[in-house]
Amino acid sequence: MIEIKNLSKSFNTSDGKVEALRDVSLTIPDGDIFGIIGMSGAGKSTLVRCINMLERPTSGTVAIDGRNIGSLPEAELRKVRRNITMIFQGFNLLMQRTCLKNVCFPLELAGIKKADAEKKAMELLETVGLPDKANSYPAQLSGGQQQRIAIARALATNPNVLLCDEATSALDPKTTHSILELIRSINQKLGITVIIITHQMSVVEEICNHVAILDKGKVVEQGEVGSIFSCPKSEAAKRLVFPDGADDVLAGNPDECPIRIVFNGAHTTKTPIIAQMAIEHNIAANILYASTRSIGDKVYGNMLLGIPEKDDQVQRAVKYLNGINNLIVEEVKENV
Amino acid sequence: MYDKVFSSQAFAEAMTVMQNEFLFALWETIYVTVVATAFAIVIGLPLGILLVAGEKDGVLPLPKSLMGILNIIINLLRSIPFLILMIMAFPLARLIVGTAVGTTASIIPLVIAAFPFVARLVESSLREVNPNIIEAAQSMGASPFQIITKVLIPESIPSLISNFTIAITTILGYSAMSGIIGGGGLGKIAINYGYYRYKYLIMLFAVILLIILVQVFQSVGTYAATKSDKRLKR
Repeated sequence: MIEIKNLSKSFNTSDGKVEALRDVSLTIPDGDIFGIIGMSGAGKSTLVRCINMLERPTSGTVAIDGRNIGSLPEAELRKVRRNITMIFQGFNLLMQRTCLKNVCFPLELAGIKKADAEKKAMELLETVGLPDKANSYPAQLSGGQQQRIAIARALATNPNVLLCDEATSALDPKTTHSILELIRSINQKLGITVIIITHQMSVVEEICNHVAILDKGKVVEQGEVGSIFSCPKSEAAKRLVFPDGADDVLAGNPDECPIRIVFNGAHTTKTPIIAQMAIEHNIAANILYASTRSIGDKVYGNMLLGIPEKDDQVQRAVKYLNGINNLIVEEVKENV
Repeated sequence: MYDKVFSSQAFAEAMTVMQNEFLFALWETIYVTVVATAFAIVIGLPLGILLVAGEKDGVLPLPKSLMGILNIIINLLRSIPFLILMIMAFPLARLIVGTAVGTTASIIPLVIAAFPFVARLVESSLREVNPNIIEAAQSMGASPFQIITKVLIPESIPSLISNFTIAITTILGYSAMSGIIGGGGLGKIAINYGYYRYKYLIMLFAVILLIILVQVFQSVGTYAATKSDKRLKR
């Protein structure tokens, strides 16, 4: 378990003090796939570097399995780092070494015999599906292949935690998907805790169980991916979930009351709720915005309806919708 | 004037000198250049590494005062004209080689002039290494020493070879100057025959041989640098 408590980090730059992280507290359970999402400059990369102490926090602690790693001497910390490995946006492979030698690298650092290291590295190249690239150099590989080699390298020291720093941000959607699949299967097979730093909601949605939303150095929201995705409360979360901005669609309906319905894992796709409202309850709902996605067999997402403010239609609509399981209804006041 | 330079008599004379002295002079030039470059690298490489690793944000931060002194010494040595440095190095040459004049003695000022230059070249090579790769190595638990020996140096090998090629061709040029203080080689022939005795044709031959040497060193260096670079797709 990784416990981050009251973590703050500030940098002194020529423009004065910059607070990258402010009082961040997170608990990441073992075996989880935990997403940390935020816009550029939100402090994600600083946060992930504080987890393995590549950046020393200004205040606060990081404890891994109850051990405060911030207080460890350098030599001890280097050993801990073999247990919390990292993959990067730019892959960061050693360009003058073959792929096999790249995977051997962390084992070499740990002082493991060459023959044993190479045997282990070959196994890992099998795991990531690139055993035929053992003697190729990174420059001869595509981005996705390089990231696979980087993953093999990160797994070489049998870590308990894998930190992914924007690991798919430089890849195309198809390759992103295949890399996420690989990470998921590693998480399931080896039980490694995975922490994913990203700015892409789609990545979190596809792979994470839990997510924390970081905005201007603060955790503004955290919880299960399903509930955050379907019912974002904070401004930052809403910006990420509705990148197009849901506010705009609201304009120009003065006699309609906007109501948001949130599909929080509801099995609702089989029921035509809007049509039923119109036929059975005589409510003429206007769909202002809709974004639903199925994750697994459940539907997540939300829909913004404009309900005419006459004949108690709003009250009746709320009552009807409240009667459906796993559907959250809220009246939208000003901002979405 | 030129018809005298290229007269058949001058040619005959030049050919005699070529047969009798050039082979030995060529060997002397190569010997001085290679030995001086080797020593310059032996001293300059660790200093170049220190310049990069010892920085505030480097892998092995050193006290600011130490880095300041190192930088001043390097800049100081680099600003002394080679001709003056040769004369200033007389006592040191006498101490190490036993004499201040001659071919072997001329290696001493060459090394003194070249090692700060090599240190700067090494510095620029090591700075080319992607800092993200260094960070990745740190994230895997690499010690500062491991980062230097397993990341910084191996990753910059092609650039180091290119820069050492620059060093050896520069040192070759300097070695020709040591003819003035009695250092042997092609430079001595050029000065003795061309400058003191107005045998311009012999000087021309010496210069042509120096040009060929530079070409050979440069070609071999470029080939080795390209061959060693695994970033180039083949």
